[in-house]
Amino acid sequence: MAALDSDGDEDLVSYGTGLEPLEEGERPKKPIPLQDQTVRDEKGRYKRFHGAFSGGFSAGYFNTVGSKEGWTPSSFVSSRQNRADRSVLGPEDFMDEEDLSEFGIAPKAIVTTDDFASKTKDRIREKARQLAAATAPIPGATLLDDLITPAKDSLVTDPGVKIYGCALPPGGSEGSEEEDDDYLPENVTFAPKDVTPVDFTPKDNVHGLAYKGLDPHQALFGTSGEHFNLFSGGPEGANNLLGDIGVNKGRKLGISGQTYAKTCYAECEILSWKAFGVGALEEEDDDIYATETLSKYDTVLKDEEPGDGLYGWTAPRQYKSQKETEKDLRYVGRILDGFSLASKPLSSKKIYPPPELPRDYRPVHYFRPVVAATSENSHLLQVLSESAGKPVHDHGTHSRHQLNASKRGELLGETPTQGATTSVLEFLSQKDKERLKEMKQATELKAAQLKARSLAQSASSSRPQPSPPDVGHRSWHMVLSAGTAATRASDFKPFAKDPEKQKRYEAFLVNMKQGQRDALERCLDPSMTEWERGRERDEFARAAVLYASSHSTLSSRFTHAKEEDDSEQVEVPRDQENDVNDKQSAVKMKMFGKLTRDTFEWHPDKLLCKRFNVPDPYPDSTLVGLPRVKRDKYSVFNFLTIPETASSPAAQASSEKVPQRQGSDKSRKPSRWDTSKQEKKEDSISEFLSLARSKVGPPKQESGPSVNEEEEHVTESLPDKVVNKGVDSQTEGEGSRPSMDLFKAIFASSSDEKSSSSEDEQGDSEDDQEGTREADFQNSRETDLVETSPVAQGMSYISDFGI
Amino acid sequence: MAFPEPKPRAPELPQKRLKTLDCGQGAVRAVRFNVDGNYCLTCGSDKTLKLWNPLRGTLLRTYSGHGYEVLDAAGSFDNSSLCSGGGDKAVVLWDVASGQVVRKFRGHAGKVNTVQFNEEATVILSGSIDSSIRCWDCRSRRPEPVQTLDEARDGISSVKVSDHEVLAGSVDGRVRRYDLRMGQLFSDYVGSPITCTCFSRDGQCTLVSSLDSTLRLLDKDTGELLGEYTGHKNREYKLDCCLSERDTHVVSCSEDGKVFFWDLVEGALALALPVGPGVVQSLAYHPTEPCLLTAMGGSVQCWREEAYEAEGGTG
Repeated sequence: MAALDSDGDEDLVSYGTGLEPLEEGERPKKPIPLQDQTVRDEKGRYKRFHGAFSGGFSAGYFNTVGSKEGWTPSSFVSSRQNRADRSVLGPEDFMDEEDLSEFGIAPKAIVTTDDFASKTKDRIREKARQLAAATAPIPGATLLDDLITPAKDSLVTDPGVKIYGCALPPGGSEGSEEEDDDYLPENVTFAPKDVTPVDFTPKDNVHGLAYKGLDPHQALFGTSGEHFNLFSGGPEGANNLLGDIGVNKGRKLGISGQTYAKTCYAECEILSWKAFGVGALEEEDDDIYATETLSKYDTVLKDEEPGDGLYGWTAPRQYKSQKETEKDLRYVGRILDGFSLASKPLSSKKIYPPPELPRDYRPVHYFRPVVAATSENSHLLQVLSESAGKPVHDHGTHSRHQLNASKRGELLGETPTQGATTSVLEFLSQKDKERLKEMKQATELKAAQLKARSLAQSASSSRPQPSPPDVGHRSWHMVLSAGTAATRASDFKPFAKDPEKQKRYEAFLVNMKQGQRDALERCLDPSMTEWERGRERDEFARAAVLYASSHSTLSSRFTHAKEEDDSEQVEVPRDQENDVNDKQSAVKMKMFGKLTRDTFEWHPDKLLCKRFNVPDPYPDSTLVGLPRVKRDKYSVFNFLTIPETASSPAAQASSEKVPQRQGSDKSRKPSRWDTSKQEKKEDSISEFLSLARSKVGPPKQESGPSVNEEEEHVTESLPDKVVNKGVDSQTEGEGSRPSMDLFKAIFASSSDEKSSSSEDEQGDSEDDQEGTREADFQNSRETDLVETSPVAQGMSYISDFGI
Repeated sequence: MAFPEPKPRAPELPQKRLKTLDCGQGAVRAVRFNVDGNYCLTCGSDKTLKLWNPLRGTLLRTYSGHGYEVLDAAGSFDNSSLCSGGGDKAVVLWDVASGQVVRKFRGHAGKVNTVQFNEEATVILSGSIDSSIRCWDCRSRRPEPVQTLDEARDGISSVKVSDHEVLAGSVDGRVRRYDLRMGQLFSDYVGSPITCTCFSRDGQCTLVSSLDSTLRLLDKDTGELLGEYTGHKNREYKLDCCLSERDTHVVSCSEDGKVFFWDLVEGALALALPVGPGVVQSLAYHPTEPCLLTAMGGSVQCWREEAYEAEGGTG
């Protein structure tokens, strides 16, 4: 107001801090270079530039909300004693200093709130203005209009004040324009002022429909700008004053008494702000400098507002027709430019209830067996398809869906195309073709099996039950007859490890295919024992069922494992330290050397070789330790020492080379057989044998060895002589000693020997030891019996034993 | 003019008690010379390992860190580190100077009977009652053994290492020799549980002592018996045996409180050195001189030949 009559210098507005006038002769101060400029807070403390948050400067105590003392919560105050002192915390208690400052969200000083700040009237006018500006010959021609926008006096609410000739309508500020409309003459029609002008500007960009750039208003202030505006689209947009709080353009502070220059400045300010707006692409960057005010925050706990922003105040609604409001209310959301809400609601879709389930419905799908149409099972097929509710197709007629292009062409009498390739299959590689073929066969096989199974079921149900043993046989017979069809295509060998067995298995399959009942019995090895045959029979049957049915399907999907994963087998060291009994006897005789030594291949770790500075003896092998082999886990033979010929070469070798130290040993050690007496009673078989022997000869153990040595000598000497003569003593009875071979191997040199056998024969050197030696021999023999000694005469024991 | 070669001195046996160390660490489970024979290690049943100068009788350092009694120890070729194994199933690598534990190798399932360095002290081989020999790498940081030799059927009682062989005696009565160069394992059956094995110094023979109170000298390559030495008593304890410094005699502990010396070639008993009333649990022979250490009870005795005079008056 004071500005109205101002003139001269009063018109000028000084902004900022003026420079001090220079003294005469004083050199202007050098500006502080950028790197030396520091930012200090109000207490003069240095503020470090920090980042986008906290306004770019450090805040709090080392950017925390705490202080140097840490978080000090307010101490507990008992509400009983000092009820009066209880303070109710307001939002300000949780605010920082900045929030309470002039530009914070809760300024302490008096500022103009949005409600009283001058702002653009409504969106319609704004839009119209924008359109006019865009289409005007001079862009931005509406600037003049803006200049003479009345600044609303907010603080001094005097409705009668006229500013720049634009008089505020008399009466209340609200609804003033409505009243203006009332004065219109009845017979004159004007273009409605408040209709949203149609935007006829051509769309010359490639953006989507109603595309707007990033709206900082939404981004920064959430939904504050997105309050549902009841009246924005309506024709009576003048009610903006009530609803439109979100859209406020600029920060034109309309203080009363503003001069024209000031207003002009305000507008320039807006323009300049727009100039360095958020981004070049943004069309609107309004309100990024909008002040947060406390009025935007809820101060009272309450329910969400009902959505019309009226908080239950319904008075303005009386001015509107109820229908329009309803229409507007139906659509909550932004209406795109150029679109309007439909006047007629869409007919809603009719929703049909789900069908009623029958009472006995079970939600399990039953797959009907697929039966290939062949001549034999046409009846079955017919029955099946009838039960499925499908009409039976004749074999000759094809449905049109079953025909392929070439067949249809044939029917139409077309000549087949003479292209280089007629089928996609031609492009496939040989491998893929094979796979396809395999899969095809697998499916065919499945179908065949299903057929067979259904046949078998029907057969078994139709006739009386056969005898129990027959059932099992027939069942796998049935399955086999179906399953073996595929095995010829897939050359799977379940017994590939044992070629003989595999051969028998294949013969079995062939026989089975020919439908012979005794196929299994015929192909089994007649030389096998009953137990082995029974086992093999089971194996074959199982293999035929399992592998035939699953193999061809599975093999097309799986590749072979690198290592065989057979749970039936267990890894054991390939070379076992062989029998201890031989070694014990050898040790007893001090026959160290070949007899007591086992040599294995052993693979040291590569790193160990490196650490020992030794070249890796097996550079190509990844094995570590003893080489291992797999053996059947449950085979009985794992636990028996198989009579292997491995030790016989050792015996031969030792027979070639006489231990040199033997003579000295003998001379030094007269008590060679010391321990044999203790070990005599090792097991019951030895006792049994000795008993048997005592029946033949006089009892030798009860009486002293010196007494009956003669008789023993007699009985023993005979076979020894036989051995000595070089006769094969296989057929000899009780007297033949298998371990003699061992001893021969030990004692005898290749040329000639009289060491052991001649000693035994003559029995002169160690007369007093004879009895114990006999026992020792016996002992070793019996251990041989149990362990099936490696000695070559092993078989004779059995016959021996049989006697 | 050429002087004739001096006639080689008749081998003298250590039979003069030079020193008795009262170790003060409970029973001495093992006594071991270091690589050059100037120091010795005693493994105590009080979880400590002690380093001594046996000739002077001075304690140099105590290494504590085992969780149970220490059963065997060995020194590296450069005297920079020690290894030990004990009843706590752990194999420990020690730094000699600082006395700190450098590594602790865990993995054995039973107490560790014997430990050995390899020639360059890059690998520790430990034999345990869990019937495995584990080769621990001292260079890398990995906690698992480089290789586990688990061919034995019973506990390992003795492990010795040459430049390319590992000799192991097991309670299952076999002596196994792993030849890294040939990539072969030689298993010699002895029958009785093995208590101690060692190489001869020429590397051609192995000496095997077993619980049948017999020592056997076996040819390393063929496994043949070269000699048998009896007379001592070894029925229940894991007693040590060794060869004298020039392979002239076979030396063994005995449960009757003596140390037996046999002539290696003749096999005749050369000397039965009475040590004390108890069992001679462990012994160690000097690598170059006729010097013997024996352990009995909680003390260690140092023996020299009769003609030995203590140098420098140190006693």
